[in-house]
Amino acid sequence: MSILLEANSVSKNFGDFKALNNVSISVPEGSIFGLLGPNGAGKTTLIRIINQITMPDTGSVILDGEALKPEHIKDIGYLPEERGLYKSMKVGEQALYLAQLKGLSKTEAKTRLKYWFERLEIGDWWNKKIQELSKGMAQKIQFVVTVLHEPKLLIFDEPFSGFDPINANLIKDEILRLRDNGATVIFSTHRMESVEELCDHIALLDKSNKILDGNLQDIKRQFKTNTYEVGISAADNNKLALELSNKFETFPSSFKTLNDELKLNIKLTDSNSANDLLSYLTTKGQVSHFVELIPSASDIFIKTVSNN
Amino acid sequence: MNHLSLIIKREYLTKVKNKSFLVMTILSPIIIIALIAVVAYLSQINNDKKRTISVLDESGLVKDVFENTENTTYNVLNNITLETAKTLVEANEEYGLLHISEEKNNDETLNLVKFYSNDSPSLSVITGLESKIEKKLTDIKLLQNGLDIETIKESKANITIDQESFTGEKTSKAGSIMKLAFGGIAGYLLFMFIIIYGNMIMRSVIEEKTSRIIEIIISSVKPMQLMLGKIIGTSLAGITQFVIWLILGSILMMVVTSIFGIDMTQVQSPQQELVQQAMSGQDTQAQAQLLYSEFMNMPILNLIIAFVLFFISGYLLYSSLYAAIGAAVDNETDTQQFLLPILMPLILAVYIGIFTVIEDPHGTVSTVFSFIPLTSPVVMLMRIPFGVPIWQQVVSLLLLVGTFVFTVWFAAKIYRVGILMYGKKPSYKELIKWIRY
Repeated sequence: MSILLEANSVSKNFGDFKALNNVSISVPEGSIFGLLGPNGAGKTTLIRIINQITMPDTGSVILDGEALKPEHIKDIGYLPEERGLYKSMKVGEQALYLAQLKGLSKTEAKTRLKYWFERLEIGDWWNKKIQELSKGMAQKIQFVVTVLHEPKLLIFDEPFSGFDPINANLIKDEILRLRDNGATVIFSTHRMESVEELCDHIALLDKSNKILDGNLQDIKRQFKTNTYEVGISAADNNKLALELSNKFETFPSSFKTLNDELKLNIKLTDSNSANDLLSYLTTKGQVSHFVELIPSASDIFIKTVSNN
Repeated sequence: MNHLSLIIKREYLTKVKNKSFLVMTILSPIIIIALIAVVAYLSQINNDKKRTISVLDESGLVKDVFENTENTTYNVLNNITLETAKTLVEANEEYGLLHISEEKNNDETLNLVKFYSNDSPSLSVITGLESKIEKKLTDIKLLQNGLDIETIKESKANITIDQESFTGEKTSKAGSIMKLAFGGIAGYLLFMFIIIYGNMIMRSVIEEKTSRIIEIIISSVKPMQLMLGKIIGTSLAGITQFVIWLILGSILMMVVTSIFGIDMTQVQSPQQELVQQAMSGQDTQAQAQLLYSEFMNMPILNLIIAFVLFFISGYLLYSSLYAAIGAAVDNETDTQQFLLPILMPLILAVYIGIFTVIEDPHGTVSTVFSFIPLTSPVVMLMRIPFGVPIWQQVVSLLLLVGTFVFTVWFAAKIYRVGILMYGKKPSYKELIKWIRY
């Protein structure tokens, strides 16, 4: 897979404050890349550098094999976290203006806007003013404006904030569709469940440093603890629990089931395999639940950041 | 279409289509003309009002000085007491009663004059009466002292100084006032333009911040382009408004004058009076000719070119500062602290223009301030009608343009950082820090 965007040891200081310290990321073409990190980690600064809003002090950014230059603006679509529209301007006029700023001709912009407005079922808003729309409605228009010029690289900073679940789903599907059509997406968020759903790759920033990055599956593999979630019913659950805790490392667990079985997380050592555990358990009682515990993005996030 | 022209177009159209802008554009000249018309009309009514003043002169010294005029009728009463006269005047609803008592002081001249009326009388009526009595009494006293009134009148001299420069150019007081008017209008126009449209630019920058659209825009265009686009677009809207005001104002003025027959010159401005004073006692024909030749002698071409250049660079200098202020704060209430240092030199310039340039257009103060960039546009524009050496104009303009380039650079720095800063109002120290970002 080729790399669309590469940031090489980018650093940025604001006065005495170090916003980014030697951060490098590479975003594979056609992927959805999650840029994660707690508040103030430097995500927005990095995104602004990619958008050429701020210049890095040191380091470079390569887009599609070339160092960033003003012409690249039309190759990037950016939906900032702090976003709004001109309140007293009409929706259509405003969308046309923003599209033209991205280098589309007026007629081309109009055709594409018509298509998108119909697609998102907002066609009759054309002559409304932004101040007459709700926040969610305005967000839809911002989304359309961001993707309208069909850029190679899309950057979404907290795209789902302000959307109700139905519209959030709609936007999520649109993002996936854009990815399938060949766009590369950088996606910055705090919402770990949407990271699980969308991202192929992630980079984790904390206190101006990159502390983790890579393919999400690989990272999860790195972080897995060989722990299995087990539900088992025996004649005497307490006795079985004691027996198991002597043989394995066990932790109490709570997952939702219909029966009143013994629930445990069992961590295997290198000498045991999952099969060994399962066959041992079947001799002790009725196994109703046996799942490998995969670390969630949220677990990884919290663990890495608090260790840092 | 490139970005700058897109931005200019949007800024211009949003401003021009804005409801309050439209209302201001149409209503302002109407209101101003209406006000002038009302004042003119009222003073006309006032002058036309007929009044009757009764005079009871018990001394008998001055009763023959009261001659009826168009608006005032004097009714000289004889052989009645003061009380009867009072009731009579009140019953006839006359304007008032002038009573000159019989009592005399040591000088053999009366010292007790009183005016009785329902409402307090107008100042001009009282002054008129006073001067009439004074004149008569002075004449009486002169006569008593053995002086001939005719001789005194003949001995009075009347002097007007004709002015001429060493190169033979004739000037006059009236001409100086005309030059002052030209410079004053130019300087004042610039002052107003900066205040009105500078504020408009500042508000439009703040609006982009508060509506949070700025980051979307700034990912497509350079902050410098956005700032310049804003300044130029707003200025064009301002020029449009000014031109409409001018045209609408003149049309309205003509309409009001012709329909209502109100003579606008009834409302005399102090300048007009000055001109008239300066012209009085001279042959008006020759005076008009001199004024005309002086007008033609004014460096008209220089005036126009200098006006355009100083106006544009002065305006751009200030408006870039306004834009920077808009970028530095979040809402309009926070702007006060930063506006003061901008308004101070501007107001100073106007004061210097009004008080110092009039007094001495080429004195040290006027000259120095016509070089200092923040005051030079206004002060220089006021000085130029009096003839400023070209080298001074060029140096002043170069300084102005240099400063303008610097402030645009400075403002762009603040703008670039400020538009993405929310929340806290920055201090001056922080603003300086932003420059290094």
